Parts: sequence; structure tokens; C-alpha cells
Amino acid sequence: MRHVISPLDFTVEELDQLLDLANDIEHHREKYAHACDGKILATLFYEPSTRTRLSFESAMLRMGGKVLGFSSASSSSAAKGESVSDTLRMISCYADICAMRHPKEGAALVGSMAASIPVINAGDGGHQHPTQTLTDMLTIRSLKGRLDNMTIGLCGDLKFGRTVHSLINAMVRYPGIRFVLISPKELRIPDYTRENVLEANGIPYEEVTSLDEAMPKLDILYMTRVQRERFFNEEEYIRMKDCYILDKAKMALGKEDMLVLHPLPRVNEISVEVDSDPRAAYFRQVQFGVYVRMALILTLLGIQVQ
Amino acid sequence: MLTISGLKEGIVLDHIQAGKAMKIYKYLGLDELDHQIAIIKNAPSKKMGRKDIIKIDGALDLDLDVLGYIDHNITVNIIRDDVIVEKKTLKLPKKITNVIRCKNPRCITSIEQELPNIFVLADEKDKTYRCLYCEEKYGQTGH
Repeated sequence: MRHVISPLDFTVEELDQLLDLANDIEHHREKYAHACDGKILATLFYEPSTRTRLSFESAMLRMGGKVLGFSSASSSSAAKGESVSDTLRMISCYADICAMRHPKEGAALVGSMAASIPVINAGDGGHQHPTQTLTDMLTIRSLKGRLDNMTIGLCGDLKFGRTVHSLINAMVRYPGIRFVLISPKELRIPDYTRENVLEANGIPYEEVTSLDEAMPKLDILYMTRVQRERFFNEEEYIRMKDCYILDKAKMALGKEDMLVLHPLPRVNEISVEVDSDPRAAYFRQVQFGVYVRMALILTLLGIQVQ
Repeated sequence: MLTISGLKEGIVLDHIQAGKAMKIYKYLGLDELDHQIAIIKNAPSKKMGRKDIIKIDGALDLDLDVLGYIDHNITVNIIRDDVIVEKKTLKLPKKITNVIRCKNPRCITSIEQELPNIFVLADEKDKTYRCLYCEEKYGQTGH
């Protein structure tokens, strides 16, 4: 039995297989319509989520499986003080696989240590969000045709943006990847990502504050939201929240074949006028998110569809 | 100096920084042993001025890895038949449990009090450890 806690839980070869499976699902959906008949997915969401939870539920329902779970800590036994370990031991009796989101970092790892079913980390605080990374990688590979040799710009909240940390972790394993890290000084990537991932692997990167200057270099622009829920101080959030806004004028500085990704939800950081630009890939990204979660559920349950 | 008789068989932890012996007693779980144990505090030392010493009678199979994290200058003498048969060199342990606490307020250990605080060696050269759960860094200087 295996869990997915970090994007590094898969080797590059395993990731390729998973993304191949997701592409096959995309093109032959009917083939997978009953692949999970009789199986139950538990979605344990201690923190509000629309996209990730519904994406998991959609993935399971599209394969004939069923779902149960909760969508906030207040509607679970966590409100009574139950530990993550106890909840996962209990849920292992109810479901065959579980997707878990929790506001505290490392919660999914703790859950996986207690569970007897596969646990998928659907986000643990500002730490990791591997299924968003799989979504991002499927989007990039499907629309760009490759995962190597490109310059990826990450913009916004790089400190608390777990999707950013997970994406960096996963992409450094491909040759020819360069990063441009665009953020205010206060929201730069954490030292564990800089030291243990970028510097340890000798990956070229630059940390800048100007999005305009970075735009012409980028093959991928990954925008992120400054997340109110990660700040202990409201004033600091207000000061940072609109530090980058991608609009038509900025898009004009980018390459013709650049792609704009965003884990969504967006607030102000991408102007609605950008949505009609063919380079805006964030809504297609949502669709890829369902395919990749379908592939992940099948892989972790060991279900093969001929 | 206070005199405590030598060991026939056991372990002597020497050159412990003065005042740290009780901490080491706790980290090594010596309170759970039935063996005779002597703790000598503030013994005179030519090298250190003052030092602590712990003598453990009869126990030879203790897990002393954590000492490498707490203070690698501690001398570990293994005694058999009244003589020192081995001086152990202390290395930084790969993993330490319940010795340091994660200070990251966003870490799962901040709300789940029963979880063991586990730190994993991230960089031997810099003596840095990271929390197993949230990867928060903990440098040796912080101890």
C-alpha cells in the first residue's frame, strides 16, 4: 500500500506512467466509467476547499465509485478534539482510499502513519499539495508537449503557497528547468525549498520582485493568490494582497507560446480580461485536475483497466 | 572531589558540560533502568574547569546516539572487567525523537500533543535537523 504525501513519492518513470494514464482517461472516458464500482473514497477536508474536494469527488464518481466525508473541521469529530491519527484509523474501516486536507503542516503524513488505506495529501497547510502539482504537470505536458527545458516563473505568495513548493520539488527532476521566483521579499520561498531543493540539485534560479522584467523570459507563468488564511496579521495581508496583477499589458510582454497557470481560486491577481487570451490555461487546468486524480485513485487502488 | 567507586562493567559518560547531566539522564531514558547510576555534578576538570559525569553500572547496550546531537564532546567509555575496552566516537544521529520540539506554529505537532517530535538530520556539515512533519529547520545552535 502506498500514500501520496509529497510529489516526490513518485519516481519520474512512475509520474510518466501516471500522466500517460491520465491522458488515456481524457481520451477514453467511457472505458473507465465503472473502474471503481464498489469502491469508496473518503474526503476529509478540515479546511474549506471547493476545487480540490469536488475534483476528487468528481474523479471517483466518474469511475463508478462512491464518496463520503466532511468538508470542514467543525462538522467532524475534530471539533470534539479527536486526533488526526484516530480519525484516520476510524476512516480506514469506512473507505478504500482517502483524500485529506488539513490546515497544519505534516497532517497528511501523520494520517498516513495511522491509516490502513492509501492516503492522498490534498494540501497540508502551507506545506505540500501534490495533486495540484500532478494537475500542473499534466497541464504543462499536455499543452507544451514536454516537461523539460523550460523557464518557469512562479509569482505571488511563494512563502505560504504550497502549490509552488510542490511544483518546484517535482520539476527539478527534469533536465533544463530554470526558475524565476517573483515575489515581495516577505513572501519569498522558504529556506527548505531554496536550500534542500534548488541549491542541493544545482538548479538555476533567480529571485526578483518585478513581474514586468521577468515576463519575456518565461515559458510558463504560474500565478498564485496571496492567501488571507496563512497570515496571522491582517494588516500584513492587506499590504501584500495586490502586489501582482496580471493584465493585458503585462501579457503583451510575454512569449507567444507562454502558458499562464493558476491553482485557483483567483482573487485579483489575474484580471478577467486575460481569460480570453489563448495562453490562459487555468480553466483547462481544472479539467486536467479531474483526469489526473482519476489516474491517481486507480493507481493507488491497484486497479488496471484493459 | 567526591569519590564514587569504579565500575566493573558498564558505561561512563565523561566530559559532560557542567549542569547538563540531568538533561542527558532524561534523554537517554536512564530513569527507566534498574541499574545503579551515579550522577556527579560539577566535578573538577583540567580541560573544562567543571564537568558532569554519569556512571551506569552493568548496562552496555544503551542507545547513545542522541548524545551526538546534545554534545559530541562527551567521552563515552565502555568498561569491562574494570578496564576501558572502548572509547566511542559520537556521531550525529540520523533521527532524534522528543529531544527538541518543533517551533513552527503551523506544524501538526502544535495541536496534536501526543505526537512524538521527530527531527531528521538534513545536513551533517551544518548540523541541521528538520521536523519530520513540516520540515522546519532546527540548527544545533538553537539547543
